[in-house]
Amino acid sequence: MIELTIDGTKVRVEKGTSVLEAAKEMGIIIPTLCYYPGLSSYGECRVCLVEVVKGKNRSSLEASCAMPVEQGLVIRTNSEKAKKARKLVVELLIASCPTSKTLQDMASNMGINRIRFKIKDRGCILCGRCVRYCKEQMRSGGIGFVGRGTSRRVATAFGVTPAECRNCGGCEWICPVCERACTANNLINGLCGGCQNLAPVETCAICTGCSESVGAHGHTVY
Amino acid sequence: MKKLRSPAELERLRDRIVGQHDPERPYVSVCGGTGCHAYKCEDVARALGNEIKQQGLGERVELKVTGCHGFCERGPLIVIYPEKIFYQRVTPADTSEIVSETIVKGKVIDRLLYAEPGNGHKARCEDDVSFYKKQQRLIFGNNGIIDPTNIEDYLAVGGYSALCKVLFDMHPEEVLDEISRSGLRGRGGAGFPTFRKWEAARNAPSYDGIRYIICNADEGDPGAYMDRSLLEGNPHSVIEGMIIGAYTMGSHHGYVYVRNEYPLAVENLGIALDQARQYGFLGKNILGSNFDFDIKVSRGGGAFICGESTALMASLEGRIGEPRPKHIHTALKGLYGRPTNLNNVETWANVPFIISRGAKWYSTIGTEGSKGTKIFSLVGKINNTGLVEVPMGITLREMVYDIGGGIRGGKKFKAVQTGGPSGGCIPESLIDLPVDFDRLTEAGAMMGSGGMIVMDEDNCMVDMARYFVKFLTEESCGKCVPCREGLDRMLDILTDITEGQGKKEDIELLEELGDVIKEASLCGLGGTAPNPVLSTIRYFRDEYEAHITDRRCPAGVCKALITFTVDAVNCTGCRVCARECPQGAISGEKKEIHFIDQGKCIKCGLCRDLCKFDAVLVS
Repeated sequence: MIELTIDGTKVRVEKGTSVLEAAKEMGIIIPTLCYYPGLSSYGECRVCLVEVVKGKNRSSLEASCAMPVEQGLVIRTNSEKAKKARKLVVELLIASCPTSKTLQDMASNMGINRIRFKIKDRGCILCGRCVRYCKEQMRSGGIGFVGRGTSRRVATAFGVTPAECRNCGGCEWICPVCERACTANNLINGLCGGCQNLAPVETCAICTGCSESVGAHGHTVY
Repeated sequence: MKKLRSPAELERLRDRIVGQHDPERPYVSVCGGTGCHAYKCEDVARALGNEIKQQGLGERVELKVTGCHGFCERGPLIVIYPEKIFYQRVTPADTSEIVSETIVKGKVIDRLLYAEPGNGHKARCEDDVSFYKKQQRLIFGNNGIIDPTNIEDYLAVGGYSALCKVLFDMHPEEVLDEISRSGLRGRGGAGFPTFRKWEAARNAPSYDGIRYIICNADEGDPGAYMDRSLLEGNPHSVIEGMIIGAYTMGSHHGYVYVRNEYPLAVENLGIALDQARQYGFLGKNILGSNFDFDIKVSRGGGAFICGESTALMASLEGRIGEPRPKHIHTALKGLYGRPTNLNNVETWANVPFIISRGAKWYSTIGTEGSKGTKIFSLVGKINNTGLVEVPMGITLREMVYDIGGGIRGGKKFKAVQTGGPSGGCIPESLIDLPVDFDRLTEAGAMMGSGGMIVMDEDNCMVDMARYFVKFLTEESCGKCVPCREGLDRMLDILTDITEGQGKKEDIELLEELGDVIKEASLCGLGGTAPNPVLSTIRYFRDEYEAHITDRRCPAGVCKALITFTVDAVNCTGCRVCARECPQGAISGEKKEIHFIDQGKCIKCGLCRDLCKFDAVLVS
């Protein structure tokens, strides 16, 4: 058993557990995106970043899904540093894929009230869930990543439907963009307003008509 | 050649090689580095060889095509030993005179000598050239003396004696201790203490006893080529270092991961490995010591990211070259899941020196935290570009003015970008900064692999940052979001700024984005990628503000923010600019003041470059 500290509380977990799972056992929810139970952790999306304390004034950010627990680790799941980085990561993701309901909900939960980057809808966030699902759960490996940098995409080899593909549809099912597409017609600054909000989408009373009206920072809608 | 079976056999061979060589016999060393190849050095070498034969000196004079001499600015270079007469910009037409005058009569040909920029003083021999004077060429010095395709040349300068010492007189722990006391730090970029890496790989458990060591020769920084030149010019020093490392860590399998874009390095390394095997330095039972080790060459597919340790190992295994989180270090679980040690070319080349001359001697060179020498590639707007090897702790001023010979065309020094695209920019106010790992990091830059790009007043710092971010955006593997998306957005913002569409809050956003990319990225590429932006904002904030608030590019580089006009006072009406303008945007009769039609002008700057009277103004 390994003992570590998460948000000030000591916890003992099995060796090989990830920090994310350890936190989950304690009831601490860390937002995740590319992580999916039953699939290997990939550490790509960086939404599950936590702060790892490494001394008095030193700390680093690590993806909790891909980080195995270590004896004596001190983790802060909800520090300002971690939250700020997560917010910016989600902001970047929405700028490249505003139609994902998963992302829009996440933004709403995090209190992101504006996207400061140009919207370039790529229709995919390259989280790799489909690739891992196909390979690890369906034992197929029909799809993979092609290209690098901004030209990276999920594709089949040579653009041909491979013999391995059984048309199971698992890739679509597990996709946080395809399956749960955001159907909002009007995005305000790249944000849809968040249907996850229990309160109906409304305009804030203070700043009438301004673009930061919905779910705006400082005006709790839900 | 029979395999050498013992150190005594090696020493006998060495004595024979040294004995055959007459130190008084003249020999000509022609630089055969890739830089000089671009100047057609092979033609010069061929012409020299023919001349030597034709003038009947075949027996008396030796001709050697060596590795890179470092002074790439003035290639093709030749050095005539034993006097070390240094000729630069040599053409095949000069060779007959070189043989008949210099080699036969001992006369120096004045026009081929190097003239110091500024005072025009001619330097006769290599050691007098200001470019070489302040250098301390421990690792790189042998490049100019040995033929990389002939192992006997390396043996003649004491090669493989450190290996003998290690194999027969030292326990691996002693080697480790020696490396620890030398203070050697990795030359690839991060400056991690080498002995720690070695120690970790040595002590890491391996279920079947297999351990790997790898030489990282996937050098990809724009403008940096010291690893290439070492592999091209002195591959045996790297091989010797690797065998010593293998013995220390108990490894029997080595790899050199080298860029396929380095054909000469790949070729010379291959020849060197074959010869090392033939002579018994690689393979089974090395020099009769019962120690086995061999090296394979793996050629990279051209991705910058494959210089990162985990990406390199993935690529070596035949998988996509992308990094993985390093919670379990490669020293414990690296290539094929076995303990693996990865060091840079230059680090390996340092090892034989430390062993043969001692850690104590080595640690006298350099500064408190950074020992030894470092090879930099000094490039950019500087008079003497090339590879320089200097002791750690030398100031930037010495690098730029004494070795580099100052800024080209008498312009004003502005900044130097150290550490390649993910390094940072150091302004003129810090020119007396001693160059070592820690000082550079404090200044917001980094040592990196040792690229040094010098910039003058004509360089726009925003444009420079944009260039590096563009490079990294293209080279990012695209796995993690901060690096892939963050850098792309950073590039968008920087492009907007250089095109005059910057917004006031952009600088703040760049800083916020930069901090998050640094902290949140998966690997070292993203972890250092915002450095050029953050360091230029730190030191040249006024330039960013000028672009954003005044829509002005102070250096006159950003095309959207500048206009070219003709100065009525200086224009002589020579029509050169009007004739050459690709857009036909310049009009004006002969001997009358010309006019640039702003509607047609594409701001290529050709007119300014062509004008001999400085009559084209940029505003």
